[in-house]
Amino acid sequence: MAHVNLSHFLVVAGLLFVLGLFTVLTRRNAVAVLMGVELVLNAANINLVAFNHYVVGGFGGQTFTLFVIVLAAAEAAVGLAIVLSIFHTFKTIDVRAADLMRE
Amino acid sequence: MEHALNELGPIAVHKVSYLWLIPLFPAVGAFINSLFGVRIQRVAGKRAVHVLAIGTMTLSFLVAVRAFLEMYSLAPDERFLQQTLWNMVSAGRLSFDLGFALDPLSMMMVLIITFIGTLIHVFSTGYMAEEPSYWRFFAYLNLFVFAMLLLVMGDNFAVMFFGWEGVGLASYLLISFWYTDIEKAKAGMKAFVVNRFGDFGFILGLFLLFWSLGGVWAQRADLRSLGYTPEIGDRAVPEARNPFLAVGPKTAEAHEREVKIGPTLNFRELRDQVVIESTGVAEHLKHQVVWGFALMAVVGILLFVGAMGKSAQLPLYVWLPDAMAGPTPVSALIHAATMVTAGVYMVARLSYLYALSPTAMGWVAAIGVLTAFFAATIGFFQYDIKKVLAYSTVSQLGFMFVGVGVGAFWAGTYHLLTHAFFKACLFLGSGSVILGCHHEQDMRKMGGLKKHMPVTAFTYLVACWAIAGFPWASGFYSKDEILWKAFTARDLAFLGHSAPWLGPAIFVLGILAATGTSFYMFRSYYMTFTGSYRGGEGHAEEHDEDPHAAHAAPHHVTAAHPHDNVDPDAAQGHGAHGATSHGAHAADAHGHVVHGKDDHGHVHHGGAPHESPLSITAVLVVLAAGAILTGLLGIPAAWTGHEPLLERWLSPALPAEVHFAEFPHSTEFLFQGLGVGAAIVGWFFARLLFKDGRSPVPAQLKKRFFGAWTVVYNKYYVDEAYQALVVRPSLFLARFLFWFDQHVVDWLVNFVGWLGRFVANIDGAIDKYVVDGAVNAVAGLTGEAGRAMRRIETGRITTYLYGLTLGSLLVVLFNFLFR
Repeated sequence: MAHVNLSHFLVVAGLLFVLGLFTVLTRRNAVAVLMGVELVLNAANINLVAFNHYVVGGFGGQTFTLFVIVLAAAEAAVGLAIVLSIFHTFKTIDVRAADLMRE
Repeated sequence: MEHALNELGPIAVHKVSYLWLIPLFPAVGAFINSLFGVRIQRVAGKRAVHVLAIGTMTLSFLVAVRAFLEMYSLAPDERFLQQTLWNMVSAGRLSFDLGFALDPLSMMMVLIITFIGTLIHVFSTGYMAEEPSYWRFFAYLNLFVFAMLLLVMGDNFAVMFFGWEGVGLASYLLISFWYTDIEKAKAGMKAFVVNRFGDFGFILGLFLLFWSLGGVWAQRADLRSLGYTPEIGDRAVPEARNPFLAVGPKTAEAHEREVKIGPTLNFRELRDQVVIESTGVAEHLKHQVVWGFALMAVVGILLFVGAMGKSAQLPLYVWLPDAMAGPTPVSALIHAATMVTAGVYMVARLSYLYALSPTAMGWVAAIGVLTAFFAATIGFFQYDIKKVLAYSTVSQLGFMFVGVGVGAFWAGTYHLLTHAFFKACLFLGSGSVILGCHHEQDMRKMGGLKKHMPVTAFTYLVACWAIAGFPWASGFYSKDEILWKAFTARDLAFLGHSAPWLGPAIFVLGILAATGTSFYMFRSYYMTFTGSYRGGEGHAEEHDEDPHAAHAAPHHVTAAHPHDNVDPDAAQGHGAHGATSHGAHAADAHGHVVHGKDDHGHVHHGGAPHESPLSITAVLVVLAAGAILTGLLGIPAAWTGHEPLLERWLSPALPAEVHFAEFPHSTEFLFQGLGVGAAIVGWFFARLLFKDGRSPVPAQLKKRFFGAWTVVYNKYYVDEAYQALVVRPSLFLARFLFWFDQHVVDWLVNFVGWLGRFVANIDGAIDKYVVDGAVNAVAGLTGEAGRAMRRIETGRITTYLYGLTLGSLLVVLFNFLFR
């Protein structure tokens, strides 16, 4: 059984980040975009915890991660409210519709 | 006169807070009446207008009385009430306040002005009753009183000068009150312009005085070496820090009695530094020389030039007779009782300066006595009752200047006081006569008015006694005191040379003028009030001999023109004024509109003359009483053994020290006898020639000396001389300058304008094509760039995220490649 080390974590986190980014860039559904953002955030969380565990030591990274989770919750709440508002305005949650700033 | 100058200390200032009310009330009256007078008169009637005007005058008088009582309760050398409102100008060494001060001298003036002013306001309600612009008249009167109060109450030259110009303005407005009559408008203009000549001298004298006091600093090396340099507001520096300021007695109150040395406009500061010998200012001024002349003589004479204008002395007296074009109350208030005395007041106020220069004093006295004599001779032959009084005023002002000129400052001031009463009484009496005779001013058309106007006749007679100098009337005391002091004066100088003969010479000419005064005043009395009424007819015998019309001066204003077929009144009052007279007389109880015996085509003449209403006669009685009672203030020391009341009252305000020769009392009695003799001689001849208008002698004398008579009747052709020497050349100069302006100056202006336009055209082209081109190019480029760039702005979040990701990747790539 191979020993799990820092690079495994980083690979998982990297995959998670790319998946999240891909979701954000390609999905037209605003809710899905928000979900992608969550993935990106969690990729960062994994990095924080991993680096703390293998490089720094102590509990600083974990604490930061807890904060990021709370922040993500708040961000999701705000994001969903914005989505709701977009829906009210455009009768759809397709992100392509919200291009009023263009002109 | 025993105390030497160095015993005088600085003035003790007694601060009070109500002085400003005295000029304020008339100012408010003038303000309201001039702005809202039309409405007030229309809505509330003339009564409201004069109630306002007289009310403000009365309040002013009451405050003045209050000030008098306060001053009276103080010790004589502390009688100096002062109030400073605020600082008006503070620039370098020049600093003055809006401040008022009352010392015994200005107190007297304020009482005269407010008291006689109030009486004349009351008189005007009767005299001007039919005037449509009633409100305007009262607004001007109040304005005049306001300015006059500023003049006498100002505690520095600046405020005095405001008043000085203010009375000039008010006088102008009132002389040309009936401005639709071009002659009257001209008379007002003449008064204004002639006064301007005088004011020019006055202000030059002021500058010179200020400058020379500055010179004191330059010379006083001892003060500078002690470390003191004059600065703005140095009088605020407490004495403890600046011991060099205080040269007064080192007493407990010394800190209030510091003396400022240096240039000042303030009368108190000026007086303190000149009068207190230890400052050395007087000594310094006395010996200073400008352009080869003694400084103080130049200052004194220049200031006196101002007085010559305002107080109508030779040769600037010409405006005063013409000023009779104004309504009669104005003549009484401005041109007899108050304004014309401003010059005398000014000389008395600066007595300590004049005392430094015997030359200036001699000049003042000589001009005064020449004027007195000259004007008296003109007065002999005038027919217009107001003209007689006008020349009489000029003559009496001459006497006042003799008084202040020979150093008897209190006597000159005293004559000012008595003159204010009797001349106001005479003028208002003449006003009453003019009103009673339906706006007739020619004495040849009067006569016998004693029957019709007993009160006016009696008060006029009383005032004649006073002005002629009969004993126990006020004029006797003041005029004899002046002449006596003139005779005993020894300090005078003539053009820098000591001239002990000048005083007696002045006396001789003065006593002749006094004889003349008595003659022409009683002549006017007899012509007006005795004999039979000649109104509308009975002056035929004068027609053939009157050269007046042939020599009519361009400036004759109110004088009747017996040769003209036009009714004299038609020439003088019909513009704004005559029209109303119809209504006036129709409404009159005497009911004389058009009369059968009127053979001259008079429209509103004829009918018996009538006594004036109570508002007029009451004032006349009060003034006549004053003309007698003011004599009590000046009973000479030779009679009672102590100095006259008024001299004692005024002495703190007149600190100048002038020496007079000593004579025993018997000599003084002799000279008083001479004065009375002069009055009797004048009266005797007047009675002989003019009583009842029966004597043929005047006509014969006139035929005999027709040439001389013509010259004097036409006032020595002084007006014509002015016309030729001053008016014509200045008109010519004005026309030349007009031509110059039109052709040379305007051409230059036009050329400059054309040049400007030419340059502007070039400049415009550059602006349009070069500057604007650059600006437009930049703007166009920016616009094009923007249009190209907007393509990438899709407004979609996804696009931006792509951009973000791409950018991040690029940064990472760069990091790898260019580590």
